[in-house]
Amino acid sequence: MNIDSIENGYVIDHIKAGKSFEIYNYLNLDKLDTSVAIIKNARSNKANKKDIIKISDNMNINLEILGYLDKNITINKIENGKIIEKYHPDLPEKLVNIIKCKNPRCITSIEQELPHICELTDKENAVYRCKYCEEKVQREGF
Amino acid sequence: MKHLIDIKDLSTDEINHLIVVAQDIIKNKERYSKKCEGKKIATLFYEPSTRTRLSFEAAMYELGGNVLGFSSSSSSSVSKGESVSDTVKVISGYADIIVIRHPKEGAPLVASMKSDVPVINAGDGGHNHPTQTLTELLTIQCEKHRLTDLTIGICGDLKFGRTVHSLIAAMARYKNIKFVLISPKELEIPDYIRKDILEKNNIEYYETNNLEKFMPNLDILYMTRVQRERFFNEEDYIRLKDSYILDKTKLENAKDDLCIMHPLPRVNEISVEVDDDERACYFKQAKYGKYIRMALILDLLGIK
Ligand SMILES: [Zn+2]
Repeated sequence: MNIDSIENGYVIDHIKAGKSFEIYNYLNLDKLDTSVAIIKNARSNKANKKDIIKISDNMNINLEILGYLDKNITINKIENGKIIEKYHPDLPEKLVNIIKCKNPRCITSIEQELPHICELTDKENAVYRCKYCEEKVQREGF
Repeated sequence: MKHLIDIKDLSTDEINHLIVVAQDIIKNKERYSKKCEGKKIATLFYEPSTRTRLSFEAAMYELGGNVLGFSSSSSSSVSKGESVSDTVKVISGYADIIVIRHPKEGAPLVASMKSDVPVINAGDGGHNHPTQTLTELLTIQCEKHRLTDLTIGICGDLKFGRTVHSLIAAMARYKNIKFVLISPKELEIPDYIRKDILEKNNIEYYETNNLEKFMPNLDILYMTRVQRERFFNEEDYIRLKDSYILDKTKLENAKDDLCIMHPLPRVNEISVEVDDDERACYFKQAKYGKYIRMALILDLLGIK
């Protein structure tokens, strides 16, 4: 894989330096059999350093979670060697098993097998609440 | 599949419909006595709440249906570690409708996600208790003959009392409602109720620590308990507790058609001398609770 240019796939740019491995894990990129490149500490105009992830030959990755992790990330969608879409990810409406509800009175505190589901209830202030007990959950973004 | 987990899930039309059906049941009890023949309600009470459980069971019996269930976690498989999800999957094979009360918040929602039959939340650890709020709405409708144009006094613990928050949110849907919120400073309503419900809906409200001051204005007085453990120190509690106890003297300037409500059980926040006053509606409230639950069971089972 030529890490400078990809034909079809995604370039996830402006990742906070050092955070690319966390993002790799959040996106479950280890499950892919297509090539993935992680570039650490690349030079950036915006910040001094940044990380970049390039995913090749795969157009169907759910990148929703990035909006929750860091809205400053830039996603470039590439088709036939051209950028067809460039955007900052939006806050996802729903997060499943990303943040755990810490309310000790919540049913999730005793039923371990339940998925932890959080829903965006206030977009302006980026407030997520547990679907079960409706408590605000602490964000764990970067 | 229809469930009732949170009163917010019901539209105002749906609430009004339940109230109309409940009032029809009160008038024509005979006509409803066989509506649920052959149907079973399962009451899964993971913590004891005898009044709520009996209310649901009486409601089902009066509809001609049957009841099965358990009460308190010690007597059930919960203590052996079975999850709500698993219990509900099994029970929904036996019953036509499930009522669940659980000390953990969100347990009834989990039940509704796993159940093949309608689920009713009968209280989840002070989080939601929708049939309590429906009971209060039916009481107001039956006693005042309207849900609009009312000045509602709510007294006591307005901070932690979630039944109070649900009542405010539910009544805020109706026209020309004013609230008088009576509590010690320590137990005032939380900010989000002020902002997200009262101010957002342009509702007139007054906050006071004086129960007598607004008494002549009230159409409804909803009393709640002021609990000792909500105070930082004993002196504050002792100093304040009597100001929030309703007795005959405090009622001297009240309207003749005031409706006095209380979610029960009462400890001492309403003096027993008030019980004989015809404005006391809190025991009647319990009866209304049965009728609104009958209407709800019929609705969720799709029986007309
Ligand atoms: Zn929760």
